[in-house]
Amino acid sequence: MTIATAGTPAVELDKLRFAYGTGPNVLAIDALQIARGETVFLHGSSGSGKTTLLGLLAGVLRASSGSVKVLDRDFTTMSSAARDSFRATHLGYVFQMFNLIPYLSVQENILLPCRLDATRRERVGSKSLPDAAREMAEQLDIAQYLHKPVTQLSVGQQQRVAAARALIGHPEVVIADEPTSALDTDRREQFLKLLFASCDKAGATLIFVSHDLTLRPLFKRTVELSSINTAAQMRSTE
Amino acid sequence: MGLILRLAMQSLKSRVLTTWLTITSIALSVTLLVGIEHLRAGVRESFAGTISGTDLIVGARGGSLQVLLSTVFGIGTPAGSVSMKTFERWKAHPAVKWAVPYTLGDSHRGFRVVGTTTDFFERYRFRKTGTVVFVQGRAPTGDDEVAIGSDVEEKLQYALNAPVVVTHGMQDIGTSNHETHPFHVVGILARTFTPIDRSVYMTLGGVEGMHEVEQGRMPAASASPATAAAKEPNGPTGADKPNGQTGPLQPNSRTKELQSNGRTKELQPNSRTKELQPNSRTKELQSNSRKTATAAETPSAAQQAANAGAPPVMPGASPPPNVATAASAQQSAANASAPPVMPGASLPPNVAAAAGARQAANSKAPPVMPGASPSPNVAAVVSSQQAANAKAPPLMPGASPPPNVAAAASAQQAANSSAPLVMPGASAPQVMPGATPPVMPGAAQPVTKSIKQPQATTVMPVGPPAHGEAGHDHGDDQITAFFVGTKNRFEALMLQREMNTDFTEPLTAVIPGVALAELFNSIGSAEVGLRVVALFAVAIGLTGMLVALYSSLDARRREMAILRSVGAGPGTIVSLLVIESGLLAFLGCAIGVGFVYLGLVLGQGPIEQRFGLHLSIGAMKAAEYNYLAIILGAGVLVGFVPAWKAYRTSLSDGLSPRT
Repeated sequence: MTIATAGTPAVELDKLRFAYGTGPNVLAIDALQIARGETVFLHGSSGSGKTTLLGLLAGVLRASSGSVKVLDRDFTTMSSAARDSFRATHLGYVFQMFNLIPYLSVQENILLPCRLDATRRERVGSKSLPDAAREMAEQLDIAQYLHKPVTQLSVGQQQRVAAARALIGHPEVVIADEPTSALDTDRREQFLKLLFASCDKAGATLIFVSHDLTLRPLFKRTVELSSINTAAQMRSTE
Repeated sequence: MGLILRLAMQSLKSRVLTTWLTITSIALSVTLLVGIEHLRAGVRESFAGTISGTDLIVGARGGSLQVLLSTVFGIGTPAGSVSMKTFERWKAHPAVKWAVPYTLGDSHRGFRVVGTTTDFFERYRFRKTGTVVFVQGRAPTGDDEVAIGSDVEEKLQYALNAPVVVTHGMQDIGTSNHETHPFHVVGILARTFTPIDRSVYMTLGGVEGMHEVEQGRMPAASASPATAAAKEPNGPTGADKPNGQTGPLQPNSRTKELQSNGRTKELQPNSRTKELQPNSRTKELQSNSRKTATAAETPSAAQQAANAGAPPVMPGASPPPNVATAASAQQSAANASAPPVMPGASLPPNVAAAAGARQAANSKAPPVMPGASPSPNVAAVVSSQQAANAKAPPLMPGASPPPNVAAAASAQQAANSSAPLVMPGASAPQVMPGATPPVMPGAAQPVTKSIKQPQATTVMPVGPPAHGEAGHDHGDDQITAFFVGTKNRFEALMLQREMNTDFTEPLTAVIPGVALAELFNSIGSAEVGLRVVALFAVAIGLTGMLVALYSSLDARRREMAILRSVGAGPGTIVSLLVIESGLLAFLGCAIGVGFVYLGLVLGQGPIEQRFGLHLSIGAMKAAEYNYLAIILGAGVLVGFVPAWKAYRTSLSDGLSPRT
């Protein structure tokens, strides 16, 4: 799979419209661009179509019209299997909580993308997978938990494991969906610092979604979802 | 795919309890299904292996199953008998390699007695190659020798040389023990898990001799009365009171009398009349008192009954019309253990014979009155001990006593009692006029015939149940069936046809394998029932799995979303769940089969001992593999139900499960 040159944006939305089934548009974004390597704070209150946008960016949902381009690949023209495959190769994803598969160890959770996708495995380089997992864990300060069952980890530790998993194998884009909402303020900043550092090191684009405006100063760029989502505006004016 | 398999296994491991419960329920249903299949095959094998190496079983004309069941399995009764002549004739048939005679009809304490030759032990095969082996002793060769099966040995605790008393018929109700002809054990057979284990084997001569002694047809029986008396300590014997009556009552002399010549002679009106002289009769009855209250008029009947308690052949005296005959089974009465079998005399019309056992008289039961049957045929009446003791109503086969006749015999007590017995003496006067010579030929004829061919002419309106068996009269040269091995197995079919269509003696030749298959097919519906039950059990096991997987789905929505987020497609989610259910089904099958074999290893011995069912611990049969494949397939299919739901939810949930 050819990856577009560094000059093209990591994410490019164009006249995006999305509706569940035959319902009203949930999302209507005329244009949004996120450059490669950028760290973006995507602010949206609940109901602003945040979850839907993330589904579209991850390629789980398909736009009703318009285009969703990630790394210059248009999801709207790709099959769902191709989008799944693309996601496995190029995207890292961190959930709000419950990020981990409970019956796998920390290391196995981290290595999940490498096991599912050959490209991610290759990008680890000559290192063995356990070594790669250890390196990643060390970066995020969770190396001592590698062989523990994930259920024994605190929420903060779990989120760091999720971040490690999202970053392993050098995906170009990392999407974090309120990853800090379950953390207290101290740990929030600590987590963000680790995340930023890791993304920076991997050269990944970070799209950080949150309704928590207190985090806003930590980002270079903020996108207000309510201001670009015309569907939400229309609904709120109704 | 490796990842998914690992994920599936880890996922199952994480839910240990549900996983094992599900596996166990499937395993148990598989155990049931495969176990039943194994058992069914075992029963069939055991059953089909009861006899092998024998190409034909030949018996009197009857149903093929009847021939098979009565001979090999000892179930039911044979249709009739086959004459030795016929047997010899077929044995000499060019296609026949060997033929072994087989005679049934007697039992020893519930175990059937088989009369055969030593060839039987050499020729009989079961389960293809199993041979009849003696663990102790040898095959019976002498006429007083028997070999016993392992069950007989075990149950009766017989060792070599143990005495064996054979009972006539299959019921052990003591109607007629062949006590006069005791046998002893010379061989004990190894366990075969076939009906052989439950049989007693003797020579044909043994069977014949036993019955001949009792029926007074054994040539040796014509020895002197003294010898006979000596041989029969229990006998009635006039040894105590040697008077005119005792003589004729001696078995030996009886036998002699029964010889057609002697018989006819005795039936001569003159001699008969003489005996029936009222005076002498009365006198005798009184003088003999308890021990010899016997009517000599029906000597044969009384004698036989007394000696053997063997009622079947009733060469009852056939006095001329208007003769009243009285017979009392003094001998049987005297012999405490011998049931008072009272074979009535066979009488021509107008004659009635009554015999009362002492017991009957004692118990104040109405005298057993084997009234003559009005028909010209021979009538034989036997009253069992039970009947007499139980104050049963008089056994009156001939419902209506013929006119002009009143005959009664009773033991002394009877005579003494106020029982409405017609004393012989009383009827005697009537006898006199009727004893006309012209009657003789007619009367004598059936008697003679009945001696020679008991089946043909003996009518037994009442008799011990065991004697209802057709062909159980042990004619001199009768056997029940014979087993045949052919020189070339392909000839068996032709030989069967030849035997079945031969008209000299109607026979039914059965190919054991064919008849066994026929039998098994006819009872096959029971198998189907079992299988249906087992399949339901499997369905329940699979439903349990479906429930377990399906109910865990909601809790696993997050897991699905995570997998989706790292790039797993919906197909991966589906295969994960299907592989899980497949693993459950596979483990269930494997453990279930393990249970079956464990059960076989542990249960084989006890099942063999308890039920005589030999279950082989062999490899599984194709049918069992089919079942396992079906269960596995069904398990995988069942997995698609939750998988489909997971697929749908993972699509609609996207990456953030809405809860």
